[in-house]
Amino acid sequence: MSDWVDACDADEIDAEDVIRFDHGDRTFAIYRSPDDCYYCTDGLCTHEKVHLADGLVMDHIIECPKHNGQFDYRDGSPKRVPVCEALGTYPTKVENGRVLIRIG
Amino acid sequence: MVIIGAGECGTRAGLTLREDGYAGPITLVGAETGDPYERPPLSKPDPDAPPRRIPVATVARLADLHIDFGPGRTADRIDRTARAVHLGDGTVIAFDKLLLATGARPRRLTIPGEHHATTFRDVDDARRLFAGPPRRVTLVGAGLIGLELAAALRLRGHPVTVLEASDRALGRSVPPDLAARIVARHRQAGVDLRFGAAVSAIEADAVILGDGTRVPSDTHVVAIGVVPETALAEAAGLAIENGIIVDATLRTADPDIYAAGDCAVADHPLYGRHLRIETWRNAQDQGIAAARNMLGAAAPFTRVPWFWSDHFDLGLQVAGLPDEGTLTVTRETGPDAAILFSLAPDGRLVAASGLGPGNAVARDVRLSEVLMERGAKPDAASLADPGIGLKSLLCTVGS
Repeated sequence: MSDWVDACDADEIDAEDVIRFDHGDRTFAIYRSPDDCYYCTDGLCTHEKVHLADGLVMDHIIECPKHNGQFDYRDGSPKRVPVCEALGTYPTKVENGRVLIRIG
Repeated sequence: MVIIGAGECGTRAGLTLREDGYAGPITLVGAETGDPYERPPLSKPDPDAPPRRIPVATVARLADLHIDFGPGRTADRIDRTARAVHLGDGTVIAFDKLLLATGARPRRLTIPGEHHATTFRDVDDARRLFAGPPRRVTLVGAGLIGLELAAALRLRGHPVTVLEASDRALGRSVPPDLAARIVARHRQAGVDLRFGAAVSAIEADAVILGDGTRVPSDTHVVAIGVVPETALAEAAGLAIENGIIVDATLRTADPDIYAAGDCAVADHPLYGRHLRIETWRNAQDQGIAAARNMLGAAAPFTRVPWFWSDHFDLGLQVAGLPDEGTLTVTRETGPDAAILFSLAPDGRLVAASGLGPGNAVARDVRLSEVLMERGAKPDAASLADPGIGLKSLLCTVGS
């Protein structure tokens, strides 16, 4: 598929952490789980559009840095109020030490 | 189940009762009209837009959940013997469990001409204050609301004066060093911020200080804190002391009546004393906790207090109670970002107060909150060293 986008170096993200990735006019959050799997979601919280890359990753949960809403970043599902709407999620893969995401 | 107060706390409680499987009748009584809404955005509008009214739940959603909510209803009286609430429109609603989530109202000044000033609490206050062309605005009080309003108004081009009677901003909720950094940011942005400025009178076109100084002003806002709404509870014979007194499960002395949010002063197991907490997250969390306890959970509420506040490009976040600490350790996390840790005499972390651009300090303050929940006694040198991740300290504490 041609719509895989080269996002970052796999080592750029610590385990159990998140970084921001901007592509065109869109913004994403890319996560590395404690067991070194990579995930990608929309960058902005569905509650008040706060960027999640400033938030805290604990296990498989990302918490909004402002209002404490929580999502499971593996499937985008909301896990704590005030969020009630899921995040979009995008497939990822690691090739030659680079994280690729499919955001087509 | 009856809930009095349809702000963040009461509305969350109603939603939680349903989410947790309660299928019986729920009545939510709220004096304001329209959808229950979040208050924090009111004092932090974008510079080029009116304040947003973000619903906690829409009237339609409440109807879908069979929560009886008619906006604009008030409660007149609680009859504890008959276990019923009398509404202003004459309706009488029986309850098995009652939650008081009556919130708080702005404190007023008792000085001549006070009626020339407004206060700031609800969406109508916000729409009025942020509408119209630039004009001179005077804010009485350099607390969180006073300074958030100062920043928001300044960003819209209004000349802004802040008058604070004491010698420092933000009272006890923020460590003095961070408060000073916030004050410096306001002054840099052109806010005329004066300390030791006690207001003695208010006129239509000026605020008058105790020493006779006249501060010319078009709009005057008194922002000197809030008073808990306790009249209903007091009239019902419930104990009041700067709020409706509840135990750690948010229950009053009446086993069928609970109180939560701004109006409640709750026994907090983490601090061993009663606290009344006026934050959005506390309203939300206590509303949820009270609802579960009304359904029989009987669980103590132990969450660490936390709030955030925005001032121009700077975001403040405080977890815990800074004034519980006797030792302060500073971690400089960036050019304009720092976290102040407050440690109790026994070494326990009791607060983390962070200030930095945007949400730069959010993660570390949140991690500190987890450390506090676990009763951690982190090493002061590690806290001061930005090279040592707080997450690694978490590992040494365990869960």
